[in-house]
Amino acid sequence: MSELVDFLIVSVVLIAIGIYGLVVKRNAIRMLFSIEIIANAANLTLVAFARGLPNAQGQTFALFSIAIAAAEVAVGLGLIIVAYRLYKEIDVAEFRSMRG
Amino acid sequence: MADPIFIAVAVLTVGTAIIALEARELIYGAIALAISMLGIAGFFLLLDAPFVAMFQIAVYVGAVAVLIIFTVMLVRTQALFTTKEDKKRKGAGIALMLIIMASLGALLFVSGINGQFGNFDSAEAIDFREIGELMLTYYAPALIILG
Repeated sequence: MSELVDFLIVSVVLIAIGIYGLVVKRNAIRMLFSIEIIANAANLTLVAFARGLPNAQGQTFALFSIAIAAAEVAVGLGLIIVAYRLYKEIDVAEFRSMRG
Repeated sequence: MADPIFIAVAVLTVGTAIIALEARELIYGAIALAISMLGIAGFFLLLDAPFVAMFQIAVYVGAVAVLIIFTVMLVRTQALFTTKEDKKRKGAGIALMLIIMASLGALLFVSGINGQFGNFDSAEAIDFREIGELMLTYYAPALIILG
């Protein structure tokens, strides 16, 4: 049967993939994908420990985290659409109107 | 070692997460991200958390993934975008990812968490009523602010 450490390994792998996407990718939407992957991995860790202990607070925290991440994605997508309207590009290297 | 359902869901989640980042077309990446979130919901079901799993499906797959697909539809990226990515940054990114995986993994195994939760499967599952009770009594201020 699967142990707690198996879920944690999956979570670590997902966090690493998310950090890779955040560092390497220049497309703003792909960076948003990476942020979502990291948030999902964190929720997985929360619920895995909540099952292991057993404690209902872990699942409650995961529910709050899911709701907050959804709101943050909405804000991020709004920013991307406004930036696309302004620059006609979503390459983050092109967002340079504030550069000195 | 682990049961096959867990391995299947893990391969699905991690594989579609990689596809979400590396797919040539953005729309395929968005669909792969939605499938990855479904995989995470599957993990929640494996962890005896049906309430969180349904919440994840309703919010993430139902709202967030659809929002992302709408945005991908509104934003039209040129075809020559993918040729601008340079190899050195990608190599550094892969090295960073492997370092993070190795260090966090080593931390996991050294901390001795492997044997501690001996009753992982035989412990009681959390009742969703318990979550509701917690939500409305202890976490009520957070819930109100979140609303």
